[in-house]
Amino acid sequence: MFLLTAVPGALVFLILFGLVEKSRGVFAVKSIAGVLFGTAWHPLRGEFGLLPFLLGTLWVTLAAMLIAGPVSLLTAVYLSEYAPRKVRETAKPVVDLLAGIPSVVYGVWGVLMVVPLVRAAAPFFGATSSGYSVLAGAIVLAIMVFPTIIHVALEVFAAVPQALRDASLALGATKWETVKHVVLRKGRPGIIAAVVLGLSRAFGETMAVLMVVGNVARIPRSLFDSAYPLPALIANNYGEMMSIPLYDSALMLAALVLFAIVFVFNIGARAVLVRAERKAE
Amino acid sequence: MIESHISIRDLSVSIGAQQVLKNVSLDIPDRKITVIIGPSGCGKTTLLRALNRLLDSVEAARIEGTILVDGEDIYDPKTEVTHIRKKMGLLSQKPQVLPMSIFDNIAYGPRIHGVRDKKRLRKIVEKELRAAGLWDEVKSRLGEPASRLSVGQQQRLCLARGLAVGPEIILGDEPTSALDPLSSRIVETRLAELKADYTVIVVTHILRQARRIADYIAFLYLGELVEHGPAADVFANPRDPRTRAYLTGEIS
Amino acid sequence: MGFRRRKTEEAVFRVLMGGATAVVAGSLLLILGTVVVKGLPALDLAMITQTPKGGYYLGKEGGILNAIVGSLALAGGATLLALVLSLPVVLYLNIFRRRDSRFAVLTRFALDVLWGVPSIVYGAFGFILMVFLGLRASLLAGIIAVSLLELPIMARAMDEVVRLVPGALKDASYSLGATKLETAFKVIVRQTLPGIVTAVLIAFGRGIGDAASVIFTAGFTDRVPTSLLEPAATLPLAIFYQLGTPVPEVQRRAYASAAVLTLLVLAISLAARFLGRKLTKNTIR
Repeated sequence: MFLLTAVPGALVFLILFGLVEKSRGVFAVKSIAGVLFGTAWHPLRGEFGLLPFLLGTLWVTLAAMLIAGPVSLLTAVYLSEYAPRKVRETAKPVVDLLAGIPSVVYGVWGVLMVVPLVRAAAPFFGATSSGYSVLAGAIVLAIMVFPTIIHVALEVFAAVPQALRDASLALGATKWETVKHVVLRKGRPGIIAAVVLGLSRAFGETMAVLMVVGNVARIPRSLFDSAYPLPALIANNYGEMMSIPLYDSALMLAALVLFAIVFVFNIGARAVLVRAERKAE
Repeated sequence: MIESHISIRDLSVSIGAQQVLKNVSLDIPDRKITVIIGPSGCGKTTLLRALNRLLDSVEAARIEGTILVDGEDIYDPKTEVTHIRKKMGLLSQKPQVLPMSIFDNIAYGPRIHGVRDKKRLRKIVEKELRAAGLWDEVKSRLGEPASRLSVGQQQRLCLARGLAVGPEIILGDEPTSALDPLSSRIVETRLAELKADYTVIVVTHILRQARRIADYIAFLYLGELVEHGPAADVFANPRDPRTRAYLTGEIS
Repeated sequence: MGFRRRKTEEAVFRVLMGGATAVVAGSLLLILGTVVVKGLPALDLAMITQTPKGGYYLGKEGGILNAIVGSLALAGGATLLALVLSLPVVLYLNIFRRRDSRFAVLTRFALDVLWGVPSIVYGAFGFILMVFLGLRASLLAGIIAVSLLELPIMARAMDEVVRLVPGALKDASYSLGATKLETAFKVIVRQTLPGIVTAVLIAFGRGIGDAASVIFTAGFTDRVPTSLLEPAATLPLAIFYQLGTPVPEVQRRAYASAAVLTLLVLAISLAARFLGRKLTKNTIR
């Protein structure tokens, strides 16, 4: 049994090792910095700059979190502190249901509803857009992240004892003041954890975003531009991968970058959480 | 004629399917200590929570009857509940310190009600910490998280915090039950001294405590107000057999 | 004065909260609604019992049986494999090791990392393994890739339940003379069975719905899979590939696949909830 338990750790190393091995090829042609910060992506000419994809991933994920964070937390506060118990109890399974819907189905919906919406809305912001854009990706991604943050936040709020809220109310505070100064403060480490979890989920997404984001290898200059996140790059080019020299290495490198980001992020998140917990004594 | 600060008339409370209080009518005298006694589950805590409308948080609670504080009906739909609660300070059984520093705990109430001036806040904090008998122990560490205090200190902090909003009435829900004997004594003494300026209502199951501090006694049994009157009278000559049984320890 | 400001602030936030909740609820309704409106009309007996005909999945006739069976087989195999790998890990971590031992902390960290890895990376790694093992795009390769994806999800869900088993229960078992191994299986598993079943179902739901991990590894075909070494069609890829074509009959299959997949996943969610409650018979509260 001990051997089996070593599997997760071993797996992390194996994946790391495998991806590093397979991406070696690219470094024969360019340096790490050249690839990571290169802006030209022309595989047929042997140019493999990943910067547009890195930025594309960043834009979409960040935009998604900017939507998902506030909306999820507001919803969680409403459900936990203001909604009648019946509403809360029906809402919880519904939220979890949202979490189970597969990525491709979100993608289908995104293509059918979100893309046309963005296309129609762009002129109001002084832009033209095919609809396949960072914004479309962010909207779809945000909706996918809602259940994650809401679920954890609800648990966090439920863990705050009612007696603590009563103490604040007894001093003449309004319900909202109690939420602001007591519930949210007491739950701060948990809320951070919820958002971090949501961010992880957002980052790990591939299909839904791929289907609505446009997949154009340029650095996006606005929300209405198309983008090409790293996961989409890898998924889209599987077919041509083997026929162009070094293409497979470059894609494996892209996968390696994704893996590295998750790894570093986890270390960082853990550090932040430990500190937040220590502060909220 | 005893002035009554709070008038409870025909108060009936049911929580879900259970009737917790049945037609309770009671006058709480001004600036005296009224102690509500009775076996566990008799409705004492519910009565207390009806007074500062904390029952509002309990979804399944249904309240009938009237409670007048200074002549105002506190359950009137037009009354502002935070205004009512500001008049009362609550001390719970388990000390509930807010997740902030000692200073901020005490300053929380005044800040909510509009006091922004730092000097004024500092004065209030010091005044109430002294009134609660905690000042000397914490004066050098007001910025520390309140959770670091011992349970006894936390309860005194809660008392100071409750006093800081300038209430007229202090409500104590088994305020010393969770404390060690020494802290218990300190809190109890403080409460007894407070009656000079505040109306104090304490719920307790510790009969000896009631004997020590009560001016006025109300005995609740199974949701009914069985007997009430000046403490000396009720303890010496209980009129109802149930009261007698409780006082002698037959029912608890 | 100051009081009105307090009330206004609360009112503003109440509106914001209501709006946010409406957005969340509305999104769910829109998504499910779209699936129903587009997908249900496309579902008929022929659709789910036939395989696509007339050309490499772009033909106009036939149904999605290939993808339905393929997905079930692939996700089923992957979930089984993930279960075999993750249950011992979780039991070991909670019984044989102390919570704060270095090994436990590192393993849980590894599981956290694996949880956050995008499924496309599992697809890429699966591809590397596939080539290394000399496999071609096949049901087996897909099973391996998806099991890797499901492992951290299943392990985390199981860990959350097994962790909650009170120490007193374990102690009671030990004091009766049971070994750690016996305790693990006879007592802990029984107590946490609802949670374990839920974890398995959650992972299955995730695995069956994932496209990125199978896009490299499972291939695609219009036949129902008959061997582990053949490529297999999956519902997510069926949706993805067929949605993009301009042929309406093929698009119809995409919507039907979406409906089937969503219904499957919803059914699994409900089953997880229902079974979870039913199996709580033997647990101690």
